[in-house]
Amino acid sequence: MKTLFFLLQKEFTQIFRDTVILRMIMAVPVVQLLILPLAADYEIKNINITVIDHDHSFFSRDLTSRIMASGYFRLSGFGQSFNEGFAQMETDKTDLVLEIPPSFEKDLVNGEKGKLFIAVNAINGTKANIGAVYLNRIIAQFNQNIRAEMAPAPKMAALPTIEITNLNWFNKYLDYPHFMVPGILVLLVTMVGALMCSLNIVKEKEIGTIEQINVTPIRKHHFILGKLIPFWVIGMFVFSVGLFLIARLVYGIVPQGSILLLYGFLSIYLVAVMGVGLIISTYANTQQQAMSLAFFFLMIFILMSGLFTPIDSMPEWAKWIARFNPVTWFIEVMRMIVLKGSGFHHIRLHFLVITGFAIFFNAWAILNYKKTS
Amino acid sequence: METKTVISTENLTKRFGDFTAVNEITFDVKSGEIFGFLGANGAGKTTAMRMLCGLSNPTSGKANIAGFDVYRQTEKIKRNIGYMSQKFSLYEDLTILENIRFYGGIYGMDRKSIKAKSVELVEQLGLKEEATKLVRSLPLGWKQKLAFSVAIFHEPKIVFLDEPTGGVDPVTRRQFWDLIYAAAERGITVFVTTHYMDEAEYCNRISMMVDGYIKALDSPANLKKQFGASNMDEVFYQLARGAKRNL
Repeated sequence: MKTLFFLLQKEFTQIFRDTVILRMIMAVPVVQLLILPLAADYEIKNINITVIDHDHSFFSRDLTSRIMASGYFRLSGFGQSFNEGFAQMETDKTDLVLEIPPSFEKDLVNGEKGKLFIAVNAINGTKANIGAVYLNRIIAQFNQNIRAEMAPAPKMAALPTIEITNLNWFNKYLDYPHFMVPGILVLLVTMVGALMCSLNIVKEKEIGTIEQINVTPIRKHHFILGKLIPFWVIGMFVFSVGLFLIARLVYGIVPQGSILLLYGFLSIYLVAVMGVGLIISTYANTQQQAMSLAFFFLMIFILMSGLFTPIDSMPEWAKWIARFNPVTWFIEVMRMIVLKGSGFHHIRLHFLVITGFAIFFNAWAILNYKKTS
Repeated sequence: METKTVISTENLTKRFGDFTAVNEITFDVKSGEIFGFLGANGAGKTTAMRMLCGLSNPTSGKANIAGFDVYRQTEKIKRNIGYMSQKFSLYEDLTILENIRFYGGIYGMDRKSIKAKSVELVEQLGLKEEATKLVRSLPLGWKQKLAFSVAIFHEPKIVFLDEPTGGVDPVTRRQFWDLIYAAAERGITVFVTTHYMDEAEYCNRISMMVDGYIKALDSPANLKKQFGASNMDEVFYQLARGAKRNL
């Protein structure tokens, strides 16, 4: 116990003396939480559209102005022919080309089918797809309106229509930061745990002090605890700054569920990701190696965590990777507790899994850390 | 003080794959002795020393350090030895006092005696003014003297020094050896590797390693007689010339 105390005293002295790390601990959560949720927005806006209007009628102008009024589109120009629009697409000046045929209004007035043509630039698949969906919806709405105007009133009343009403649960106004901020908080503590912890140990290998430690009677688990506890505390601190300072004050996110439950899960989660950091540090001999290894794992952990893309739409094999990823579990728990207000019985499985991860990673690291070669 | 054996090895061997770094070395070191461990670069000195410190497991052979077995009792050995490696081993981002406190603490000393003893130590080393400065800011020679003092701060039975005076000027080296003598007088056995032949003369006994074998072992005076040499340099040349490993 006494040994551990001397180890902790040394670690904290070193960490607080390193102004670069200290500044990083303070600045990183603030900057990341301020920039990412606002910039990495799922909502697709500013879709460039080129309209080829061969009709120049009231209807065609009405449709165009409705599209522009929706707020999703940006008119990149009117064209005389489809080829002209296509040329714009080829030079990436436009994402969508809408072609209105010459007989558009006439056909509609005569009660025949009106035809429209949409060409989509699928290089940026998400943007183009969603743009086409928005456009379809606007055209469908337009269609409804003209049918209502043109069809005789009694006949209209008889037409069966399905009206859809949405109610957004857990994030009433579909506020994007509400969805992202909890996830980004998870990333932050993961970075602190895995990256900083492994770099710290490898640094001792690099400068040679670890050899001095290895000839002392320090017990393996004391040394490892001496490394884990400081970063566990820092992880808790970074999380709290993010949750209470940024999430609450800037984005107005107040956890719906129990804060205690959240911190309970966080404390185990930190042990698990620090285990990953420890494993990395037992394999790497230089900080450069540790950095590369940590980046490799963090990339996979982050991209396969359901933060940016839903896990449900991943292929089956990828879902398995996501399941063996501790980040996935914490992001789920964060969203459940913070947005939904879930209680312990909802996340029992998550607790079990993360405890399993914590034991597995740390046991691996301790077995692999050798004082004697 | 009775002279008992504190280090004894018998056919101690370390292999890395096909390469035999240390080949069946057998020797004894008596308590309070200054034992020089000489050899060219790559002769196997550091590997042998790492085995004796419990940092590296021997492939075969026996070794007993301070009464403990190197295979089964490495943790007990570690409690009874001090070690100073070629690489500078203090924390540069801690102050002199913080380094002393840390190393004293992990050897189980209590805070009170650490405090009393470190005040004494910095005074002895003439570092009283620098005691609260970062080790990073000290000149190399002072760092080395400090590292040695920290290595024997917990009064170990044996201290292992791996090329402790590399890159240090002659005056500081001389002062360093004064510290070694003082430690030996207190009964600490000193096991030291070096490349400086003048330092070899300061040792009670020296062993010469060539290609993983111990080729000679005796007091400096006897070795010079044995090889008909006027100084240790000549002894070293005669022995190391036959080495097959790259020098």
